[in-house]
Amino acid sequence: MAIVRLRGQLEKLAGAPEVTVEGGTITDILRALESEHAGLEGWILDERGVLRGHINVFVNGEPAEPDASVGERDKLEILPAISGG
Amino acid sequence: MTELLVGTRKGLFVLEGEPGAEFQITTRAFVGEPVDYAMRDPRTGRLYAAVTSPFWGPRIWFTDGEPGGDDWQPALGVALPKGGDEALKRIWVIVTGEADGVIYAGGDPGVLFQSSDNGETWTLNQALWEHPTRPRWRRDSGGLSVHSIVPWPGEPDRLALAISAAGVWLTEDGGATWSHGNEGIVADYLPEETRANAIDLCVHHLERAPARPERLFLQFHGGVYRSDDAGRSWTDIAAGLPHDFGFPVVLDPADPDSAFVIPVTTEDRVTDGAVTVWETRDAGATWTPREDGLPRENAWLSVLRQSFAATGAGAGLELYFGATSGEIFGSGDGGARWFGVAKRLPAIASVRAG
Repeated sequence: MAIVRLRGQLEKLAGAPEVTVEGGTITDILRALESEHAGLEGWILDERGVLRGHINVFVNGEPAEPDASVGERDKLEILPAISGG
Repeated sequence: MTELLVGTRKGLFVLEGEPGAEFQITTRAFVGEPVDYAMRDPRTGRLYAAVTSPFWGPRIWFTDGEPGGDDWQPALGVALPKGGDEALKRIWVIVTGEADGVIYAGGDPGVLFQSSDNGETWTLNQALWEHPTRPRWRRDSGGLSVHSIVPWPGEPDRLALAISAAGVWLTEDGGATWSHGNEGIVADYLPEETRANAIDLCVHHLERAPARPERLFLQFHGGVYRSDDAGRSWTDIAAGLPHDFGFPVVLDPADPDSAFVIPVTTEDRVTDGAVTVWETRDAGATWTPREDGLPRENAWLSVLRQSFAATGAGAGLELYFGATSGEIFGSGDGGARWFGVAKRLPAIASVRAG
C-alpha cells in the first residue's frame, strides 16, 4: 500500500496527515483515496476523473504524471501548483 | 446597519456601515481565493459563498457562525455526474427559494442545483442538464453560465432562469420541465437570417418585480428588455439610455415599474469616462440619470452582473455597486445621491446587501 501525505484542507477533510491507499498508478490511488475518504470526493479529481489542473503529485519527492506506476510503500504528496502573478 | 457581502478575486469581504459614509471592513474570509458570489439567507441567517479554488475546484461553502470563523463547511453534491465529459467550472449565483429550506444555485456549464436542506446537500436539475437543445447553447467569454435565478413569490414551482448564452428559461412544475422565454429578444450579434429562432441569447442579468411577479426585466448583450407575461415575451426598453450594453439590473421591490441599470460602452464594456446609474419609474418608457456623488470624469469602471445590489424598498431603498477596480459606491435614498463605500479592494465579482 502506498503512503499518501496530506496537508492543509486535504488533511482536514481526511482527518489525518497520512493515509495508506492501494493502487497500481497515481490515478488508481487518487480514485481510491477519494472513495475511502468521502470528504475528499471531487477535491483532487474532477467529475471526469481527471486530476485538477493546478494540482501536482509527487512520488518519493519527484513530480509524477497521473499514469505513473506506484510501488508498495512509495510516498505520495498532493500539492497545489506554484501560481501567482 | 447595512451589511455588504463582497465577493472578490482574492476572497470574501464583509463590510458594515450606514448610508452616507464609508463602510468598515469587518471581516475577510477565503483569503486569496476567488469568491464569485456570497449571500445570506434572510430566513435562517446562514451565509453562503461560492468559491472557485484554482486548485481544488468550485464549491459552495456555508456557515451559521461568524464569517471570519472556522465554521465554514463545504456543501455536498455540487458536482456534475461522475464519469461524463464535463466538469463543473464555477458557481455564479445562490438564491433562496420559496419553499422552506430550498436554495438554488446556478453555474457553469449551464447548470442548476437545488438544495432542500438549507444548502447542506445539493442535486443537479436533470431536466435542464439533459435538455435536447443543450448542444445549441453557446459559451460566451464568461463561460456557459446560469447566472440569474428568479423564484415567483409564493409559488415554489414557478421559476425563471437566465443562461449566458442560452436565453431565458421557465418552469412551472418545479424544474421537471423547461421552456424558452425568448420571444422579442433580438441578438444583433447574430446574422439576421438566424435571429428569429435563436437559442444562443446572451442575457446578462434577469430580475423579477416581486410586487408584480409576471413582470421581469433583463439586461441583454445589447438591449434592455421588459416582460409583462412572466418571461414568455419581451419588449426592448433601452431607448433613452446612452448605451444599451451593460451587465446588472436592479429593481425597487416596492415598485414594479422600477429598474436601475449601469450602461457601459459596447466597444470596451466600461463606463464612458463618467459613472451614471440610470433609473426608470415607468417600466422603461423613460430613463433618468442618477449621478450625484458618482465620478464624473476619468472613470472607466467595469461593473459585473452580480455586483449591483439593493436592500430595503421604496423610500428606504439602498443601492450598492462594486467595480473590478475595487471601488464600491452606495446610495441610501434610492439613487438620488451616491457616496463612496469602499476603495482599493481586489477586483469585485459580486455585491449583496442586507
